[in-house]
Amino acid sequence: MGNRILVATRKGLFLLDRKSASENAWNISAPAFLGSPVTMAFSDPRDGSLYAALNLGHFATKLHHSSDGGKTWQERAVPVYPPQPENLPKPENEFAKVAPWSLAQVWALESDGGAQAGGLWAGTIPGGLFHSCDGGQSWQMIRSLWDRPERNQWFGGGYDYPGIHSICVDPRNTRHVTVGVSCGGAWSTQDGGENWVCTAKGMRAEFMPPDRQYDPNIQDPHRLVQCQASPDVLWVQHHNGIFRSADRAASWTEIAEVKPSVFGFAVAVHPKDPKTAWFAPAVKDEFRLPVDAQLVVTRTRDAGQSFETLRAGLPQEHSYHLVYRHCLDVDASGDRLVMGSTTGGLWTSVNQGDSWECVSQNLPPIYCVRFVDN
Amino acid sequence: MPKVQFTPHLQRFVDCPPSEVTGDTVRGVLEAVFAQNPRLRGYILDDQNRLRRHVVVFVNGEPVHDREQLSDAVQASTEVFVMQALSGGGA
Repeated sequence: MGNRILVATRKGLFLLDRKSASENAWNISAPAFLGSPVTMAFSDPRDGSLYAALNLGHFATKLHHSSDGGKTWQERAVPVYPPQPENLPKPENEFAKVAPWSLAQVWALESDGGAQAGGLWAGTIPGGLFHSCDGGQSWQMIRSLWDRPERNQWFGGGYDYPGIHSICVDPRNTRHVTVGVSCGGAWSTQDGGENWVCTAKGMRAEFMPPDRQYDPNIQDPHRLVQCQASPDVLWVQHHNGIFRSADRAASWTEIAEVKPSVFGFAVAVHPKDPKTAWFAPAVKDEFRLPVDAQLVVTRTRDAGQSFETLRAGLPQEHSYHLVYRHCLDVDASGDRLVMGSTTGGLWTSVNQGDSWECVSQNLPPIYCVRFVDN
Repeated sequence: MPKVQFTPHLQRFVDCPPSEVTGDTVRGVLEAVFAQNPRLRGYILDDQNRLRRHVVVFVNGEPVHDREQLSDAVQASTEVFVMQALSGGGA
């Protein structure tokens, strides 16, 4: 458990291997894709394949696959949007712009939960969801979600266009999938993607006029995660708060008054304990900095009734690290955590966050961290 | 025959030697190149087959006028250069 970590950064993909079973110390590989932004990384537990999504700027998004633990990589296909119709409807709210039908970024990459390796879901900017049966050699767009009329109200949160950043597959029933969209709320399917409903009831958008703040379709969940052992429970770190659902996303409860801040991007839930979750708080909204320049992680063990502020081993002065939405992960045991920052800081914990070890403060800006649990 | 060449920066990601192909528009010659090298398409064109935002195509030293349809004419002696714009280098 938790002996290898993928660290996707602005200048390449690093593979971290634990030095020994008893140490919280890591060997850092030379990066794959040196110099290239890697926005998402994924390890398929069914066959150990690794995937890396690159965003090459001029030359756009690319997907690579490794079948030998990262020693060599081969390019695979990326999701491709269908031909764009001539007369698209005008967006239905003042924040929205017509999203071009072209892949801007792979923002989520997950197993579809089936027995066959290579069955993948991909979430993208500008908001399309795709599925592959063959490890990314080909992709099919989920038109049933893309063609929802409600998508005309989605808009970008920190990006020009909306995007799917979280994909949660119910381990009891892989046809039940919930996705998180910034800004488009949360959407769920019970039939493998043929039909979708918006499942963000109870989320609140402080950035909207009062009469629209509870509109499920324009919510900005920054990150959405599901407890593997208790899949009825999901957690959201939202643009302006923390939310929890205990009924498979049918409804969400806001958890207010969380110190030092309810704002952040990342959340991780204990894989076996639905009441335990971790967050990386920051000063809200336009500032996006650690509160009082002290990097902390908050943890609840009672479903959000109370929180502990965890700081042992984390920088407590002049610290301006920001933890993005894919930069906090917990391993399959629930004991080991990894966290990466926009300023190249990387920390790990072996005791559920009670204390942290700094792996590096000198990496490139970190976009995604993931334990390899196979 | 028109000659198509690619910025060396692209060679870092995908093999793209200079090639002479038939075609009488920029679209035509690029499609001829992609027929031989399908992997190259997604590096140059977006999902709607338009020139990517930070890619510039020069025809005999002049930037193309039609970045969407790529209808700029090409003659037998034309040299087409596919370059990356400086605007895409912010990372």
